[in-house]
Amino acid sequence: MKLALLWTDIMVWFLVISLLVWSRVIARSPQVKKQWHTIFKSSIAMASAIILLFYLLFTLLDSIHLRFATLPTETKSEQVQYGEIVSLLDLLFTHNIESTERTYSAPFATHEYASSIVVDENGVTKQENLPLKHVSDGNNIVSESIFAIFIGLIIGGSLIFVHMVWRKKRGFKSELPWRTAYLTLLFLVVTFTWFYMLSYHYHVLGTDKVGGDVLYQSLKSIRTGVLIGILTTLIMLPVAIILGVSAGLFGGWVDDVIQYLYTTLSSIPGVLLIAAGVLSMQVMMDNNPGWFETTLERSDLRLLFLIMILGITSWTGLCRLLRAETLKISQIEFVTAAKAFGVGKLTIIRRHIIPNLMHIILISVVLDFSGLVLAEAVLSYVGVGVDPTMHSWGNMINQARLEMAREPMVWWSLFSAFIFMFILVLAANLLSDRIQTVLDPRNKS
Amino acid sequence: MNSILRVKDLSLIIERERLLNSVSFEIKRGEIFALVGESGSGKSLTSLAIMRLLPDVISVSSGDIKLKNRSLFALPESQMQKIRGKSIAMIFQEPMSALNPVMTVGEQVAEVIKLHLGLKKDDIKKKVISLFEEVALKDPEERYNWYPHQLSGGQKQRVMIAIALACEPDLLIADEPTTALDVTIQAQVLTLLKKIREHRDLSILFITHDMAVVSQMADRVAVMRQGEILEQADCKVFFNDPQHPYTQSLLRDAMATKEERETGEERDRLLEVEDLKVYFPIKKGFFQRTVGHVKAVDSVTLSIPRGKTLALVGESGSGKSTIGQAILSLVPITEGTVKFENQDLGRLSQIELKPYRRKIQIIFQDPFSALNPRMTIGDIIREGMVSLGVGSKERASQDEHIRELLLKVDLEAEHAYRYPHEFSGGQRQRIGIARALAVEPELIICDEPTSALDVTVRSQVLKLLKKLQQESGVSYLFITHDLSIVPIIADEVAVMKEGKIVEQGSIENVMKNPQHEYTQKLLKSAPKLPK
Repeated sequence: MKLALLWTDIMVWFLVISLLVWSRVIARSPQVKKQWHTIFKSSIAMASAIILLFYLLFTLLDSIHLRFATLPTETKSEQVQYGEIVSLLDLLFTHNIESTERTYSAPFATHEYASSIVVDENGVTKQENLPLKHVSDGNNIVSESIFAIFIGLIIGGSLIFVHMVWRKKRGFKSELPWRTAYLTLLFLVVTFTWFYMLSYHYHVLGTDKVGGDVLYQSLKSIRTGVLIGILTTLIMLPVAIILGVSAGLFGGWVDDVIQYLYTTLSSIPGVLLIAAGVLSMQVMMDNNPGWFETTLERSDLRLLFLIMILGITSWTGLCRLLRAETLKISQIEFVTAAKAFGVGKLTIIRRHIIPNLMHIILISVVLDFSGLVLAEAVLSYVGVGVDPTMHSWGNMINQARLEMAREPMVWWSLFSAFIFMFILVLAANLLSDRIQTVLDPRNKS
Repeated sequence: MNSILRVKDLSLIIERERLLNSVSFEIKRGEIFALVGESGSGKSLTSLAIMRLLPDVISVSSGDIKLKNRSLFALPESQMQKIRGKSIAMIFQEPMSALNPVMTVGEQVAEVIKLHLGLKKDDIKKKVISLFEEVALKDPEERYNWYPHQLSGGQKQRVMIAIALACEPDLLIADEPTTALDVTIQAQVLTLLKKIREHRDLSILFITHDMAVVSQMADRVAVMRQGEILEQADCKVFFNDPQHPYTQSLLRDAMATKEERETGEERDRLLEVEDLKVYFPIKKGFFQRTVGHVKAVDSVTLSIPRGKTLALVGESGSGKSTIGQAILSLVPITEGTVKFENQDLGRLSQIELKPYRRKIQIIFQDPFSALNPRMTIGDIIREGMVSLGVGSKERASQDEHIRELLLKVDLEAEHAYRYPHEFSGGQRQRIGIARALAVEPELIICDEPTSALDVTVRSQVLKLLKKLQQESGVSYLFITHDLSIVPIIADEVAVMKEGKIVEQGSIENVMKNPQHEYTQKLLKSAPKLPK
């Protein structure tokens, strides 16, 4: 067994670690700490944050990739052979990966959705819905559900208990809505345990055309969606901040060049640019098949490329905002005072300008996140998004195109993709609303 | 019955907190009633209550307002709407934001007339033009089709007055109508208001913080503090014999107390500015060609003796702030020399300039934007010390120095750990002073440091500045538009107009015996308190 590092894994872990470091840093400033406190005073923000954390947890679980050595089959070579790359999430759902059915089946169904022609032992040809291979008929769904919910309550309850004890030990009383947080957590844990435990005996969200489990697909898609949402901002932020601040602060020809650059870039249709980028990369990858050992690495590189292209096309909006704000701040008298003290330009940017831009950056990052998750779905639907072999909500929706036209309709693929995406985007939007209300200085009365 | 407005026992509350506490006064026909107080004293709330325009969160807990014996609080909203604009009209402090920028000024006046008087189209236009004549706008027929941005501040305020007068109101509420205007224009607007009052027998409720304006305008005066009327009297009685201790201190602070200074001995000149020109290029077109110049400062020569104060007086746009920035090398100098201790600063590079940066510092007008809201007071004061390498390099002794500085400007040592938003305007201005003092400068450029402050706070800050000058012998270049504070702080004065200095000399000579006609005009326009 060895650890397999994909490019996107490295980036997402780098991001998580820098977020942790950043939260350490802001914990030292009482002003910023108080602001975050105010944000989470709203119970909606708290619940949204918990949901987002849950999504992040799945992303991280899905971002630790391993390669297991294949069993030594009669090969004479000394080299150890490695099998496919799998993530921790895959290990958790091995039973689902292995138990593929023949074709469509509805959620919790025991038989296939479509009838097939069979010849019985008497030689009579008839149409019937075949039983599913991995779902046994004799399960009692009610008792199993009760048991699963019970287990879920115990897990959730103990998590909450640990947190309460920890809070008591630290001895701080805060007016944060912990009750809402606990309820949300409990709900999520119970739902997930229920799904998970039943997934051993059923296809909880049904199966797709080739018999793959839809629940597993939807969970795998979380990583793709979240990655596109956060890694794109990671690429876009430095560009937007550096260009925006230098345009605003230095003015003159620097400002002119940057302005012409983003005006040009933002007047090219985004989809055109992305399609061109993705297609040219596709050609490049087809010409160099030796670059990747596995299909997973290949689709990962394509994802990375998509993220980069999205990042390159989406910095203009934030850059424009930051330029305007920097222009304003650099005229304010505390900047003049710093200049009168002979403080260098870089220090002025670091100490006086960036901290006063932070609210804009944060607000636009959170707002962009949901936009990017949706953009992935649209791009994959159009066919210039992620690799077709990669699990993503966009690909699921794309496949559901034909399923919707069937009679009777196959609705669960689209429905699952929609629900998973909807909850993520809604939570992100609600949280960004709250962040905007608290951080935007214009909202202070 | 010649009482127009009678406010009786008016109290306002917001969530149990009292904003106004039984305010009572009466305004008679043809009377100018001045409501004086510092910011936050409840003057504007009173005027809003009269118009019944209070925000929803504020409620009237008791009292009554009667306009010609009709209780305003008893009227339904539809009736009240007819009273607003027709019986009671209002003019505001900021004429810029009170006018709609996309409508011509004539239309804006016409709109009010159409709404309340119901005249015919031609009559309305005639009426507007006659109103423009009354408020002394030049070429009224032409001005009818002008947009607000084409008018100057004073002209806009005249249009506002025309709108207010359009429906022949009984009462005009003027909420700090001249605060945003220059002295000469202020004098014109005040004369105009007085003339209109006589001409129309109009009652005016005049809200202001400026005692000198009150003494020129008002028939009767009421002083407010913290939602209460402390004293009410006839104008003459009020200024000759104020009763309440707060009023006395207010008048004392507003009065220019001239102190005797030693004169005669010629000190060496700390700063000499010779023939200074600062031109800003006007750029146009795709390639940003320079098509002309704005002459912000045009051949200015001045000098500041060591340990003395030079006041630079002028109206807005006269280029006085630009001189300050040119001395600090924050704007490029087009021509001329700025000599500090006989060293020409204009010829130095940024690095060579650094030792001089610590010797020249600046204090700003707006205490709210002068401090970075994201830094603690300690860090704000420390910034200059670190950047210019003043004092010790160790943090502990820097902290000690910061504490001393805060105590020096009458703040407390533990304020170092707080953020700017926790302080009032006056306190912030003190922090600004402490920041400048941190690098032990020899010259401080004070760019209108008191114009955003209330009278009492203003006199405290001026006292502090003088105290610091006596202790450390620092020189000030005091930039201001307020002539009344010049004798308090300055030893010499220079009067500026359109980028040029028109008159320069000692306080005695210039203030008592002005030579240039512009100085004479300025001094004549400035409202004065009775001696």
